[in-house]
Amino acid sequence: MEPYLAVAIGLVVAAAVYLMTDRHMVRMLFGVALLGTAVNLVVFVSGDVLQGLPPLIASDAAAPDGEVANALPQALVLTAIVIGFGLFSFALALVFKTAQRFGTADIDQLGAAEPMKTDGPANGSRPTDGAEQERAA
Amino acid sequence: MNWLVVAPILLPLLGAILAALLGRRRRLARAVVVATCLLMTASAVALLAEVWQGGMVVMAVGDWMAPFGIVLAADHLSAVLTVITGITGLAVAIYAIADVDRLREARGYHALFLVLLTGVNGAFLTGDLFNLYVWFEVMLIASFGMVALGRTRAELDGAVRYLMLNIVATLMFLMAIALLFGSTGTLNLAHLHLVVSSGEAEGAVFAAGLLLAVAFGMKAAVFPLFFWLPASYHTPAFAVSAVFAGLLTKVGVYALIRVFTLVFAGQESFVQTLFWPVAAATMVVGVLGAASQTEIRRILSFHIVSQIGYMLVGLALLTPVAVTAAVFYLIHHIVVKANLFLVAGVIHRYCRTNDLARTGGLVGRAPWLAVLFLVPALSLAGIPPLSGFWAKLLVVKASLDAADLAMAAIALVVGLFTVFSMIKIWNEAFWKAPPEGAVEGTASARDIRILCAPISMLAVLTICVGLGAGPALDLAERASAELLDPVGYAQTVLGGWERLAVADPVGGPQ
Repeated sequence: MEPYLAVAIGLVVAAAVYLMTDRHMVRMLFGVALLGTAVNLVVFVSGDVLQGLPPLIASDAAAPDGEVANALPQALVLTAIVIGFGLFSFALALVFKTAQRFGTADIDQLGAAEPMKTDGPANGSRPTDGAEQERAA
Repeated sequence: MNWLVVAPILLPLLGAILAALLGRRRRLARAVVVATCLLMTASAVALLAEVWQGGMVVMAVGDWMAPFGIVLAADHLSAVLTVITGITGLAVAIYAIADVDRLREARGYHALFLVLLTGVNGAFLTGDLFNLYVWFEVMLIASFGMVALGRTRAELDGAVRYLMLNIVATLMFLMAIALLFGSTGTLNLAHLHLVVSSGEAEGAVFAAGLLLAVAFGMKAAVFPLFFWLPASYHTPAFAVSAVFAGLLTKVGVYALIRVFTLVFAGQESFVQTLFWPVAAATMVVGVLGAASQTEIRRILSFHIVSQIGYMLVGLALLTPVAVTAAVFYLIHHIVVKANLFLVAGVIHRYCRTNDLARTGGLVGRAPWLAVLFLVPALSLAGIPPLSGFWAKLLVVKASLDAADLAMAAIALVVGLFTVFSMIKIWNEAFWKAPPEGAVEGTASARDIRILCAPISMLAVLTICVGLGAGPALDLAERASAELLDPVGYAQTVLGGWERLAVADPVGGPQ
């Protein structure tokens, strides 16, 4: 099972890296999300993949009978999925807001935080502070 | 159960919930934040006192013993870092009263700030690798929210850069966790140390080590992974960037120090060859980057990068003096760097800009601000008798003791460039006459008083650490002795369970 999963993970990572190199922010984000999926699969494989051996203990026993699957990676993956989902939702909202504000989803056209010219460094102390004029300049 | 260990995590979490519930009642929310930071500092000081007297304090969460459950473990390094977090948090909380505007407060600044501190303290105190990942995420999600609070173009742009790179870094961290778990069958840091050092380390362990170095290195902003930091730290509100500058990168450094002195304790040459070039390049590139900048917060951001290099000398040399230097540097730098960002905020109040070309004349308009700037600035540059002098002295001494003349030379030359940068800010913002057409900001006397109170507090702390370097050095030495004794750490954390480690890896693959 592991070799197949390893190849599958490799393919997903390749796709993720391809997407992350894109200039479109949404594609970049999909790349990051895909990379998260690949990493979750790595965590899943790390505890050995066994078939049909649930980690259950008889009610009167202190230890499981014979070989059972490792339950921990699944718990880890669950945690990672939940965290990843939260991060992805936030990132999507942020990208949406940014695209709305700049009128473009092209990461190369943002440049408000690192202006090429040094005459107008960005200062965001106040939400109304200089950001609009700066773009106009 | 020892509640002292969990208090620095629990208090800000409760405060965050309270602040979130208070919503738009700004005054109450501010009071909650300041009170929480006070309590947190007090509990951290109590924890440090306990660690100072009786050694490491360990708590098994939910009474599940290590290595099966998650442990919180406070040694000298963890305890002193929570104290510094409390103090910095308190300073920023007071500063934020006058700095963070109504809009950002309504969008949840207070709750996010306390969640951030929860994550920072959690990361400092945990003894479990996966738990460390969770605290990193707590910290990250709060910092994402804080970077984008104002929703100006600059903030959103900075936030996107910050977010993308940091998510990739945490994914690498998670991948490293998977590889380590796959090859050792444990996630407890102490247990990991025993398993990794008991046998021939496999390739997967080194791969995980490299991934951890990249993941934590990205957070710590080391060369060549630092580009996101100067691109995003100068955009948010000053209170926000101060707490970021002070604490966030230092959590990365802490994680590097913890993991590479504990889990990879048996692989000295691996750690040294990995971190020597990184430390040297980080120092040099950071300071050169700063030299070419003209915006105060961008100059300071590049200096964060440069100073991180000094801390990594500890891992590059791995001698007791070098690790002591790293610990001392961490403590000194959190206070000084947060303070410089706070000063930048006051300069912005006076000049309506942080662009050095358009500032000036502050020495006449605000002489006390000039003094308050000089204390952390000279300390950063390493002028005696301020705290930075002792930090740099220790780094140079460690390099010389290890007969590493190249590292000592780099540290000294970079220190010289740091002086150059600080003098540049001094000349342009304070000394020179204000340029023609400069806008004079209007700041109410009350605001200025509130902004300068925490700055003075941190400046006094810097002077105290400088003049009373003895006790601080004692503390750093104890922390370094503990860091270089991973077996002692493992025995304290695992109690009677350490025999499990070598004989029979728990739950790992056959």
